[in-house]
Amino acid sequence: MSLLELKDVTKQFGGLTAVGNVNLKVEENMIYGLIGPNGAGKTTIFNLITGIYKTTNGEIYFNDSRIDDLKSFQIADVGVTRTFQNIRLFKNLTTYENILTACHFNTEYSMLDAVFRSKKYVKGEKLLHEQAVELLEIMGLENRKDVVAENLPYGLQRRLEIARALALRPKLLLLDEPAAGMNPEETLQLLDLIRKARDQFKLTILVIEHHMDLIMNLCDKITVLNFGKELAEGVPDDIQNNPHVIEAYLGEGDAEC
Amino acid sequence: MSWYYIEGILILSGINLVAVLGLSLLTGFTGLFSFGHAGFMAIGAYAAAFATMKLGMNFYVALLFGGLMAGIIGYVLGKLTLNLKGDYFIIATLGFGEAMRLILDNIQYFGGARGWPGIANYTNLTNVVIINVIGIIILVNIINSKHGRNMKAIREEEMASNIIGIDVFKYKLKSLMISAVYAGISGGLLAHYIGFLQPKMFQLIKSTELTIIVIFGGLGSVTGSVVGAIVLTALPEVLRNVKEWRLVLYGATVVFIMITRPQGLMGGKEFRVIHIIKRIVSKLKAPLNKEVS
Repeated sequence: MSLLELKDVTKQFGGLTAVGNVNLKVEENMIYGLIGPNGAGKTTIFNLITGIYKTTNGEIYFNDSRIDDLKSFQIADVGVTRTFQNIRLFKNLTTYENILTACHFNTEYSMLDAVFRSKKYVKGEKLLHEQAVELLEIMGLENRKDVVAENLPYGLQRRLEIARALALRPKLLLLDEPAAGMNPEETLQLLDLIRKARDQFKLTILVIEHHMDLIMNLCDKITVLNFGKELAEGVPDDIQNNPHVIEAYLGEGDAEC
Repeated sequence: MSWYYIEGILILSGINLVAVLGLSLLTGFTGLFSFGHAGFMAIGAYAAAFATMKLGMNFYVALLFGGLMAGIIGYVLGKLTLNLKGDYFIIATLGFGEAMRLILDNIQYFGGARGWPGIANYTNLTNVVIINVIGIIILVNIINSKHGRNMKAIREEEMASNIIGIDVFKYKLKSLMISAVYAGISGGLLAHYIGFLQPKMFQLIKSTELTIIVIFGGLGSVTGSVVGAIVLTALPEVLRNVKEWRLVLYGATVVFIMITRPQGLMGGKEFRVIHIIKRIVSKLKAPLNKEVS
């Protein structure tokens, strides 16, 4: 059984069908690519999976249980998290605080524990601190620990957002254009990082990207969307040679002038 | 100026500070503005006065009772209105504050609009200071825990907070309830200091005063709130010499600070004695190191 499954998912905004009858099966430990021209409904699918939008029709299953009627934060609890196309960090907090905040439900202590600084609080905070420091090291951010997130260079902000997502110990990570605005060198680094993260955290990754080099190198399987519909599905080589895909991206070959 | 006069100003600053501390958690750390906290103060004031004068309760138990009542009303208000976004929530709190005042205007049991005289004076400088110290410790402990960090995350970026598994609604509700309890206790102290209660004391202007203090002191700073509460409560008294220009100068001061320091006096930073000592020590050491090298 696959880890994430979308069955006939449809999302309409008024009369506009942003996503129509999309089926998607993501197996465990896979890196799955989602590509398509602008406006194809890729980010909408992410918003549907993470509960930011509600589906108009269809079902979404994660680990065999239905998640499309859950709220966003509950979906995060189940083990699905994401990054955003336009970075959404806690801007005025430091790198360390960003990660520390995201670690929050790896420990359980109540507000009363915090008020009285009980043993449970001290223990919990120590655990969170260790986890945050560990993640900073893995992501290579330890020397920027006390920099306010807003002041980080762009590439590192992207990296911090991935680090923050990993702090939740998710099973499924959705990356929305992680390489947007990065130069080729940074993109290569990112590629390594994503692979490393998958192996280290036993992740399954679903990624939206426009850098074809990155997608074709990284993904085990790809789905192409166009105008909210599935255009093709398969391994990278098939997709590259699929005439429908080439048509969607480049236009028809023999248009009459 | 006699000590009695100065003491009075300090007590009033302290009473304001209790309410401001709570509002600081809501506005400065959770990012929700409220123009109805005078309503919570009113609930606390009347509940506490009712407990001491009619039920004969101990003063401190009565204060907690007042805080609790305000907290419960805060919970109900939050349940109903916290789903509203941004400005709409502010309008809802504004309506709540005014509604509270009008309801109290019409409860004849508490004296209605004429007011309720003869409440025993239990509040003094000592217990105000102690309650403030306890209030600050509780607040700082909450802020420095994962619960406080979750609130800060909501202030920074609500959608991202959702995505990392923070129940935004629940934390907003918690924040509102805690701030309501603080406001309620502050109201109880006020009732037992002035000795007279009237719904008019809890008008919109009181709510805005509290919010102004929080912003003046700096959003996201507890020490800022402390400084703000003392300065802005004392300021109208200091300006008493200039008579009718008093409130003009008060307003001008607030505007001046907002223009020159939009982030408020402390601007999200805390004033820590240890840090300052460290800085002084490092400055003293610096020239020594130079001589060595």
